[in-house]
Amino acid sequence: MSLEVITSNFQFLIVQGFFGLGSFAGGTLRLAVPAIVLGFLLGIFVGLARLAAVPWIRIPATIYVEFFRGVPLVMVIFWMWFIIPQLLQIPLPEYGVALTAFVIFEAAYFGEIVRAGVQSVSGGQVEAARALGLTGVQSMAYVILPQALRNMIPALVTQMIVLFKDTSLASIIGYVDLTKAAQIVNNREIKPFELYLFIAVVYWVCTYSMSRLARRMERRPSPV
Amino acid sequence: MQYQFKWSVLWSGQSAGWLLQGLITTLELSALAWILAVCLGILAGALRTVTFAPLRAAAVFYVEFFRNVPLLVWMFFWYFGVPPLLPRVVQDWLFNHGAEFWAAVIALGVYTGARMSEVIRAGILSIPRTQFEASLAMGLTVGQAYRLIILPIALRLIVPPMTNESLNLLKNSSVALTISVAELTFQTRQVETYTAKAIEALTAGTLIYLVLCLGIATVMSRLERRFAIPGLIARVGAG
Repeated sequence: MSLEVITSNFQFLIVQGFFGLGSFAGGTLRLAVPAIVLGFLLGIFVGLARLAAVPWIRIPATIYVEFFRGVPLVMVIFWMWFIIPQLLQIPLPEYGVALTAFVIFEAAYFGEIVRAGVQSVSGGQVEAARALGLTGVQSMAYVILPQALRNMIPALVTQMIVLFKDTSLASIIGYVDLTKAAQIVNNREIKPFELYLFIAVVYWVCTYSMSRLARRMERRPSPV
Repeated sequence: MQYQFKWSVLWSGQSAGWLLQGLITTLELSALAWILAVCLGILAGALRTVTFAPLRAAAVFYVEFFRNVPLLVWMFFWYFGVPPLLPRVVQDWLFNHGAEFWAAVIALGVYTGARMSEVIRAGILSIPRTQFEASLAMGLTVGQAYRLIILPIALRLIVPPMTNESLNLLKNSSVALTISVAELTFQTRQVETYTAKAIEALTAGTLIYLVLCLGIATVMSRLERRFAIPGLIARVGAG
């Protein structure tokens, strides 16, 4: 086992494959960061819709969540790959396809976390907020969500780690992330053991530090 | 949208046969990987609670390393990375006996085992320490205490989260298509390639996954009620 294959391709693997810096569309981080942010934002809407009193909001949201939690992500990526060009009548780059698939898929999981977080805030808080004269939207935005978000942090970070790992699946439609970059190098150099172990360590460093951070946040007492 | 639907492609020609083969492969792959994952999960989960530090460290390393790396990377690692290190005879034998299938079983089993061990550890830790001390005081050995007292209670407490992990395993088995295991997603793609009817093929594959997942979830929630110990079931969630 020699590390020469890593050092000679370090720039391609890390700078382009992992960070996505450079002129071409690629990179694990360039896909993971927007996917996490947008997936969570959509997830807030999905989670709140599942708690809505109105059935025609609640039932579609429940179907949305149950559907995407019962289907493999790979399947959703293929759906987007075929459906988006059909609907828009324009070819979309792999980046757009992958990002859409991740946001739609992960919003179902984030939605469940948001729902559990909101339900963990006691009902008396809503009643107190309404009694103080806040509207429904205001009490959600200023009273419920800030407390719920704090309760959600451990589950949210876990889901972010899952999403971060899932971005490797974008490589199956040809998006050049860290995994695809390792595949490209391997096709030329035939050093699979070294290359795949190396990217495993890179992924591990990111996800493990995220989970350590989450554990520290869990221990810190909440400021309220 | 100018798409001509033609649902008959799913039952005319070879499509139905391919999908059925894919389903069988998915189930075989998931079942074998599940057995491996449960064994590794129980082993690592139990080892993380023992007092002997080197064993605990090995279990921690296994869990933290394997569950924090994408499954796809493990698929490539076990299929492309490991076989070249084996003796020539073993390599030849493997590639004549469906190496991609066995690599997928190992990748999926080892990955899910690391995730399951966390669930199992939470189950073991949720049992009061006094149960363990009481079993030792009754004259059981440490091994007996685990086998007869701790694990039977812990296993029941963890049925809901384990069901979740098992469904994840089933869905994750679709990643095996990247090392060309002819499982359900692979065969769905095959139907789509041969018939050029993407929506019909993907609908069929998606529905099969949905039925499988909902079916397993229903069976497991029945089992959960059947084996529940009254008054104990809320503990994992609360702890």
